Parts: sequence; structure tokens; C-alpha cells
Amino acid sequence: MASVAVERPLAEDAPVKRARRRGLLLLAVLVLLWGFWEGFRALGIHYGWQRPFTVDATSMPHIHDMIWALFQRPNPEAPLLIVTLLKAAAFTGREAALGFAMGATGGFAIGALLAHSRMLQRGLLPYVVASQTIPILAIAPMVVIWLASVQVTPWVSVAVIAAYLTFFPVVIATIRGLQAADHRAVELMRSYAANRWTVLWKLRFPMALPFLFSALRISATASIVGAIIGEQPSSIAGGLGGAILNFAQYYSFQPQNLWATNIIAAALGIAFFLVVVAAEKLVVRRAPEHVA
Amino acid sequence: MMLARRARDWLPALGVFVAGIGLWQGFVKGLHVQRFLLPAPSAIWTAFSSNQNQLWHEGWFTFQEALGGFAIGCTAGILFAIIVARWDLLGSALMPYAIAANAIPIIAFAPITNAWFDPLTKTSKMVIAAVLCFFPVFVNVVRGLRSVKPEQIELMRSYAVGELTVFRLVRVPTALPFLFTALRVASVLAMIGSIVAEYYGGSLDALGANIEQDASLFQFEKAWAEIIIASLLGIGFYLAVVALERLATRWQPREEIVGA
Amino acid sequence: MSAVSIKNVSKEFKGGTKALEDIDLEIEQREFVSLIGPSGCGKSTLLRIVGDLIEPTSGGVTVNGKPARQARHDHDYGIVFQDPVLYDWRTVARNIALPLELAGWDRNRRSQRVDEMLDLVELRGFGEHHPWQLSGGMQQRVSIARALSFDPALLLMDEPFGALDEMTRERLNAELLRIWQASESTIVFVTHSIAEAVFLSTRVVVMSSRPGRVSKLIPIDLSQPRSAATREDPRFFELATEVREALHMGGGYDMPLAATGLSEGAT
Ligand SMILES: Nc1ncnc2c1ncn2[C@@H]1O[C@H](COP(=O)(O)OP(=O)(O)O)[C@@H](O)[C@H]1O
Ligand SMILES: [Mg+2]
Repeated sequence: MASVAVERPLAEDAPVKRARRRGLLLLAVLVLLWGFWEGFRALGIHYGWQRPFTVDATSMPHIHDMIWALFQRPNPEAPLLIVTLLKAAAFTGREAALGFAMGATGGFAIGALLAHSRMLQRGLLPYVVASQTIPILAIAPMVVIWLASVQVTPWVSVAVIAAYLTFFPVVIATIRGLQAADHRAVELMRSYAANRWTVLWKLRFPMALPFLFSALRISATASIVGAIIGEQPSSIAGGLGGAILNFAQYYSFQPQNLWATNIIAAALGIAFFLVVVAAEKLVVRRAPEHVA
Repeated sequence: MMLARRARDWLPALGVFVAGIGLWQGFVKGLHVQRFLLPAPSAIWTAFSSNQNQLWHEGWFTFQEALGGFAIGCTAGILFAIIVARWDLLGSALMPYAIAANAIPIIAFAPITNAWFDPLTKTSKMVIAAVLCFFPVFVNVVRGLRSVKPEQIELMRSYAVGELTVFRLVRVPTALPFLFTALRVASVLAMIGSIVAEYYGGSLDALGANIEQDASLFQFEKAWAEIIIASLLGIGFYLAVVALERLATRWQPREEIVGA
Repeated sequence: MSAVSIKNVSKEFKGGTKALEDIDLEIEQREFVSLIGPSGCGKSTLLRIVGDLIEPTSGGVTVNGKPARQARHDHDYGIVFQDPVLYDWRTVARNIALPLELAGWDRNRRSQRVDEMLDLVELRGFGEHHPWQLSGGMQQRVSIARALSFDPALLLMDEPFGALDEMTRERLNAELLRIWQASESTIVFVTHSIAEAVFLSTRVVVMSSRPGRVSKLIPIDLSQPRSAATREDPRFFELATEVREALHMGGGYDMPLAATGLSEGAT
């Protein structure tokens, strides 16, 4: 009993310490970035740098001005910028989330299909790869029109575009992951007279999970990118893509607004990424139990 | 032998291609699909052959942007990775942030690079392409340089060679497959990144700006022809990287998966 | 001058594992010494210390009269690990040539030596193959050829035949003895096979674990050269028994029944 009492505080201490160290490091990184930005800006303006780009108050607004802009009204009738942007982020986030869900499911289905047959892989995989070289933005307007003709609301069309960017990493990871199971482990399962489905779910799928999650991390980002660039040709003004286009037009007067929008977009991307990382922590830690 | 294997590898893909084009043509003609929804392959082909010179000119313009961005981004990624992998503590501390930064939708910054650099120049697009390429290369090369087997280093130690020799003889070859995985991704990203950045404003010599313009002028066949050029260039770029990879990592068992 | 002289060597790893305690061992030139002991008793650690791949916590090692570090820099020893440790991106021939390359041999001399080595380990014709195209046993032979290629005065071998089948193992045992006799080298050989240790060695060092210590030195007075007949010599069995008993005295092998998990089913 005594030893337990001694060990407890130690065991609790370590994570707290680590969290504190991480927090400090994050702070240090942010301060460093801030210092770099402001330092570069000050030097550039002082010496009149023209290269690589002209450094002035328009090209590099103060960081505190960007933050400050969030709590201003872009024009007298409008709400605070941060209110507008958070609404836009929620809108874009919804498109991205739906796109992510569709892309991940579809990607897994295609990957599972292709993993089963060399022939299908040879026939279709080159096109899966080629699909990623098509500039999605270019076909986005057509996608919106196609889907509108079957009564799909515009934001769902954008989700479809996001899904298009999302599915590719998942396909590749699914094929890799499902084929990653040690053939001896597969043979062992066979010796228990397990059928194809049992092998798939009890062995191949858990083995594929780490592969899948690293793909999902990439897809999380891709879904946000897809949603943002998909909004532009779809003439959807309610999301971050619309906000970016809008503020880009006023960049020479109010550069801080576009920067503020991009900060929110960056935060949304990182938030999506972190959700996937958290999900991975939850699922993969439990995976060994499923395997057993 | 070689030829037979090639045929076996590519015949299914070729079959799918022919069948796909046939179905597309039949679908558009049979159901009288309107041309703004989806033009027929034959119509796209006509647009393609009558505008060939202009199309390749645009393609080359955009490809230069992609190539420049790719070169800058990948070089920077490799250099940073070497530094970070060398100073282990620095690397372990910074990696999570680099990975999180990779989750930023970089394309959203295209309007800003357009404001920084003259949007008509190639530079404004190269920068976006470069930033897009940087992260996957950086992260993968760090991983590669670190995934050296300890015993392989130990053996080098037994030969009493310096750190630079170990780097050249062990770390670099170990990291090469990781690097090429990233380069494949980067080649596609560079091409898409340049085109999307062109959408946010740019020279009319470029593919992206032309696709947008043609679509708004109802020249859908030409827009599709441009999309196909973009895709062909992307595939070409990707395959060039794959070929380079085959050359540089000839020791590896040949992989079945062509993907990333 | 002894080939290897280990004085008062102790090693404690960072986590607090005491791998070795007060090891004293003199190995003369031309000896073939086997280290045998339960797994985890520090055999590999001792070998690494001799090769100056890790440093002892206290004590010192000299090789051919020089500090271990100097010997490493002079390429005085070749080492074979338990796993083949080949460089995947080099062909078999270039793996074998690696130490020669680093020692500055010219191309002709290198390729000539590589051919000799390939013959020696019976891998002629595999020079242009890559490691992944070889079986585990073949890979291990490559790593042996590599260690021998530059004629080191001292060979350190860490369970080199552990992963091989019995047939290959016996053949390579005979081969190794032939090489040893033809050359001027000293061999320090780690094994967990009693028969292998007795058959090969001029002396067997029995170690005990937790912490690793030398528990007994057993000179092997079987006549040279050894052959298939050696394995049937009554003296061979006597010596094997002596090694076995020394191992059991040191603990480690005679586990109590409770620790094996067998008793649980019985109760
Ligand atoms: N790098 C290391 N760090 C910490 N402990 C180690 C390390 N290498 C070996 N050990 C520990 O030292 C002991 C001896 O290991 P080793 O020399 O590999 O034993 P053997 O080769 O006899 O099986 C073991 O308990 C092992 O866990
Ligand atoms: Mg060992």
C-alpha cells in the first residue's frame, strides 16, 4: 500500500509536466513566428526591400492589426468580423465534414474492392491517380450544375467536390493497409477455418487502421481545401471561400481582413486535423483488443 | 518477357480507357446531354486539335510555374529536413508543429501571393506551389533520415567512419524511398496548386485563367480540352517522378501500387 | 601481447539495467573463444564493448595491446551481428566490398577479393543480387564474408548462426574453423548452443546473468583440426556436460516450475 501511495503522485505528475512543456513550446513557436514576421517587416520597410516582394504595410500588416480586425466591423452595417467569419467557418466546416465522410467511405469502398483483385487494380488504379491531376476547380462549376439538375442544394455540391479531393489518399491507404497483413497471420486465420470476411474484419481491417488514419489526416486537410475552392465557382458566398474572394478584392485598402480570414481558415484546417488525430488515438489504442 | 509484362500491366488500363471513352460518347450522344453539362469526347477532340498550339502554350506556361514551385519547395523541404534530423531534439520538438501547419489550407493564401507578387508573373503561383510541396517533403524526409536501423549505424561505427560518410552511405539511401513518396505527391500538388492559384487571378497565358474564361464564355469544349491538357501534364510530371524513383531506388523490389 | 584484454568491465544502462559486472577476461592471440550464457546475460553487450561500439561504465578493454578505440580506428576487427545487417541498396558484392571501399582499396583488388569471398561462403553467382532476393541464411553468409573480407586480426561474432538450419550451421561451423586455421585471426564467438561452443572453441566462457558475470572458464582440449569425428569423441560429450553443468550452476536455465507457467494448469 505504501508504495502505491508514493508512486501515485509521480504517475500523475508526468503528463502534467509534459503538457506544460508542450504549452510552453507552443508559446515559444508562436512568439518566434511573430518576431520573425515583425522583424522582417521592420527591416524590409526600413531598407525599402523590393525583393522577393515589396515590403510595406499592405503586403505585411501587423499581426496585432489582423487580430484587432477580427473585432471590428468591416463596414458600419456589418456585424463584427469574427462573427461573420465564424459563421462562414461553420458553413465551410459543414461542407467539408460531409465531403470528408463521403470521400472516406467511398475511398474505403473503392480501396477494398481494388485490394481484392490485381486485375481491377491494373485497370482502375491509374485512373484513380489520374483523377487527382484534374484541376478540381475547373470542373467544379459543372459539378454544381449537374447536381443542381437533380435537385441537390449547392452546399452539398461543394461537399461532393471536397469528397473528390478526399477519397484518393484513402483509396491508396486502404489498398496498402489491407495487403499489409502478414501472410503468416492470414494463414493462421485460415487454419482456424476462418472465411474471407472473417479474415477481412478480424485481421486485415485492424492491420489497415494505422494506414487509414494517416490517410484520413491528409484527407481532413484536403476536405477543407476542397470546400474552400469549391465555393468559388459555385457562387456560394456564405462560406470561407466566399469571404476570401470578397476580402481579396479589398486587399489594397484593408489587407488585415483577408489575413484575418486566412487565420480562421488555417484554424479550421488544423481543427479538422486534430479531430482526426484524436479519433486515431481513441481507436488505434483499442485496436489490439479487436485483433485478439 | 519484359514486353509481355508491360502488356499485362497496361492492357487492363487501356481497356478501361477505350471502354470509358466509348461509354462517354454514347452517353452524351444517346441521351442528348447538353454541351454545357458534358461535351462529347469527339467535340472535345475537335476543340483540342483546332486550338493545339494555344493549348500547349498555356500548358507549358503553367507547367513552368509548377516545375519552379516544385523545385523551390522540394529543395527547401529537403534542406530543412536535414537540419532538423541532424539536431534531434530540435526536430522532435518542431515536428508536431510542422505537421499541424500542413493542415492549413494553403491555397487560401493564393490571393495574398497575388498581392505580394505581380499576379501576372509566374512567381506568384510558384510560391503557392512551393509551399504546397514543402510540407510533405519536409515531413517525409525527416522520417526517412530517422528510420535508419541502429545496427546499420553501429556497423559503420565499427569501420570508424565519420558522420558525413554515414550520412552519405546510410542515411541518404534509407531516406530516398521516403523522399520519392513525397515527391510523387508534390508533383501532383504543384500542378494543381498552380492552376488553382491562377483562378484567383493571373496571366491569360496560363491554363487556369483560360479554363475559367472559356467556361464563362460558354466555350465548354475548349475548357475541357484545357482540363485534359492539365491532367496530361500532371500525369506526365507524376510519371517522370516515378521513373526517376525507379532509377534512383533500383535496389527495391518492384511495387505493384502506382499510387502515393 | 593478448588479443583482447578485458579488465574490471562493468556496464549499467541508462534505465538502470546492470548488464555486466566486473568482467575480467584475457584472450590470447589465435584463440577461438566462445561466450555462452542465458539470454540477457550481457554477451552482446560485452562484444559491443570490445568493439568500442558502446562504452563500459567502468573498467577498460585493450585489443592487440591498444585501447579499444584505437583498435577500432585501425580496423583491427570485423564484426558479425545476430541479424545480417546488410545495406538493402547495395548488391551482395558491394556489401562485401564496403569495408574495402572505406579502407581505400582500388576497384580491381576489391572485385578480386569479393570473388574470393563469394566462393568462400558459396555464394558465387549471387554477387549482383540484392539482399531481399536472398534467404536469411544466405544473407548471414554475406555478412560473414564482409567481416572476413579485409582479413581483420580479430573477429567478433554475435550468434552468427543462430537463425540457420542445423545442416547449414554445421557446414558453416566447419568452414569457419577452416578459415580460422588458415588465417592468423582470433575469434570471439557468442552462441547459445553448447554443442557449437564445444565443437568450435579452444576455450568456452560460461556466463551467468543478473548481473552478467563470468562464472566459469572451460578449456577445450579436443584435438585440432576438428572434424565430423570430433562430435562423436567421448571427450566431446564430457566437455559438453561440463559446460551444461556450469550453465545450470549459474542459474538462468533451471527455472523453477512456477515461472514456466506450467504449474498453473496443474492446480
Ligand atoms: N541499449 C540498451 N539499453 C538498455 N538496456 C540494454 C541495452 N542493450 C541491452 N540491454 C540490457 O542488457 C542486458 C544484456 O543484454 P544483451 O547483452 O543483449 O544480452 P545477451 O546478448 O546475452 O542476450 C539485458 O537485460 C538487456 O535488456
Ligand atoms: Mg545477444
